Amino acid sequence: MSFATDLMNTALIISFLVVSLAQIMSMIRLVIGPSTGDRILALDTMVVNAIALVVLLGIAQGVRIYFEAALIIAMLGFVSTVAYARFVLRGDIIE
Amino acid sequence: MTIESFAVIAVAVCLLVGAFFALVAAIGLLKFNDAMTRLHAPTKVGTLGVGAFLLGSMIHSSILGEGWSIQEFLIMAFLFVTAPISANFIAKVSIHHRTCTMPPKASHDETWATLDVPEAGHGLAKREKN
Repeated sequence: MSFATDLMNTALIISFLVVSLAQIMSMIRLVIGPSTGDRILALDTMVVNAIALVVLLGIAQGVRIYFEAALIIAMLGFVSTVAYARFVLRGDIIE
Repeated sequence: MTIESFAVIAVAVCLLVGAFFALVAAIGLLKFNDAMTRLHAPTKVGTLGVGAFLLGSMIHSSILGEGWSIQEFLIMAFLFVTAPISANFIAKVSIHHRTCTMPPKASHDETWATLDVPEAGHGLAKREKN
């Protein structure tokens, strides 16, 4: 059991570090992105990485309320991505 | 070995797989050199990485926590359904701004619907047409 718990803690730390690194890398793409589509894509990736961070926090602390927060972030991220793309494509969001 | 240590090792493997896919998605987003190529990396691989995280979380809460929970499954289903739709919208944005290799000409209509002017009175779409 001790080996398994150690492996689990190491995997949690590695996952936190790697997802934070992925978040920073998509932030760089958000800044340097040459076109609007790249910036929308970088924002969508950042939302997905934020969901991953919230889920990792829920695993690490064993608190269930984080998953409902992650569900709300997932819905909000999809709606905001579609709203951005819709605004670029049509000039307004709700016609 | 008990069932708990198997579950903990399974959760650790799921976390490592998810971290690997999240890193691959970010590297692809940063290093590819075309807008349409960059679109592939986060929308497929990143979704798979978050799916592996949520699978690990489901195993964790079902074995070590207080029973099955529906939230992780809902998040996974929602992400898997909405990721292709977001990717389609972003691809349409790239075609609309002509920042990628353009698709071939439409066979039946004059042009593709993304490049067409939808209605009169939309200044942005009319200006993009010219």
